[in-house]
Amino acid sequence: MSTVKDKYQKVAYYPGCALEGTAHSYNRSTQQLGKALGLELVEVENWNCCGAMEVKNIDPKLQTYLSSRVMATAATEMKMDVVMAPCNGCYHNLKKAEYDLAHDPASAEVVDRLSKKAGHPTYQAGQVETIHALDWIKQGIGEEGLKKRLRNSLKGLKVANYYGCMYTRPRHIFPEKDQGPGSESTSKPHFMDDLLAAAGAENVEFPLKTACCGGAHTLSDSDTSTKLVLNILRAAEASGAEVIATECPTCHSGLEMHQVRAEKKFGQPTKVKIIYFTQLLGLALGLKPKQVGVHENISDSLGFLKEKGLA
Amino acid sequence: MRPLADIERRLGEIEAGAAGHGAAAAAAELLALGEEVLEHWVTGRGHEPTSETREGFRLLALHRQGCTGEPSFNACRETCRELVYHYNLVTADAQHDAAAQRLLMMTMVANHLFLFVAGKMQVAELGDFCCASRPLRQDAAPPESA
Repeated sequence: MSTVKDKYQKVAYYPGCALEGTAHSYNRSTQQLGKALGLELVEVENWNCCGAMEVKNIDPKLQTYLSSRVMATAATEMKMDVVMAPCNGCYHNLKKAEYDLAHDPASAEVVDRLSKKAGHPTYQAGQVETIHALDWIKQGIGEEGLKKRLRNSLKGLKVANYYGCMYTRPRHIFPEKDQGPGSESTSKPHFMDDLLAAAGAENVEFPLKTACCGGAHTLSDSDTSTKLVLNILRAAEASGAEVIATECPTCHSGLEMHQVRAEKKFGQPTKVKIIYFTQLLGLALGLKPKQVGVHENISDSLGFLKEKGLA
Repeated sequence: MRPLADIERRLGEIEAGAAGHGAAAAAAELLALGEEVLEHWVTGRGHEPTSETREGFRLLALHRQGCTGEPSFNACRETCRELVYHYNLVTADAQHDAAAQRLLMMTMVANHLFLFVAGKMQVAELGDFCCASRPLRQDAAPPESA
């Protein structure tokens, strides 16, 4: 019988739209990190939108179908057991679809009908396990495995870990969390903290790690989003952080864009750098900044990383 | 219940180090300000703010009251719990070397609660899109797939 660690050595990779758009650097660094760690990613063939926020809010059952199609492709066409989604939105939606299909016969009926209409097998709850990039590294390699492969310690780097909201909420769609030692916590998530600490970073006490950033309102009500983000940035700086580590493309771009906007609109500059955890781990494994897409971030951290001996 | 603008002004004074009293009293005031912020939310939805406590704190009871039938309000659940945690941290040892830093972090947590609730009172859907998984148009006519 295979262990969780064995299962995560080769997973179906569902990058989602953000990683092919605004979050190239997350896509690049995730793939490079996998290579460096000997973990294999096989991209889901002909993947589609997870239903994101837009479809979900207009027709939630259609979102369930869209997410189910990604899982059906991984399960039936690719014969994979695990789908890894590095985007919190995709991860959340696949988990929500899994929950709905297991608990709501009306959702299952709609998914079956639309799957037949589209001409592909209907996804059945439990056919695949959906995980986040954090689960993939934490369970597939673990802290000890990571330590053995380190080339550049992140020692001296003070990091605030920001998980955002969709990684842990709502709690009922993440039954594997809050299961005691070794599992992730929905109230105080720690997988990113654990991995970066293993790479040598100093995690600061950061009380807003799952706080709302107003992300979905970034265009319709920009000032609210900017104020929420600014408070997150200022709290990170006040806690002593030099870097905010992220694990979601929406959080990451929201923090970056509103950092710029907070300075322009409210005259409130902040210096904290915003870097994906996959980029930080990649640098710790000896990858070059360009290999992990540091140049593709809006938040310019190259000079800072050079000062820290990481570039 | 003070206007939200007055609460915002007072949070700014405390963050600027002008609380006017010691760390323990300032922590108690921040907790009370958090309760006032939630009272605005509960009152705005047409309910009488609860005077009950949960896990020993009225703030947590108010949050629970505020999210009943409104799952998107859970987006500030951890913020409320962090506020309580920092209150305990500061008041457990108000003379601790780190008391000022802990109070500063508590102020920023309280400010986040204020920003979220004040934002949500202007734009009710704040938080709906994302983690609540609640369709915005659930009361509208059934869509094509339903």
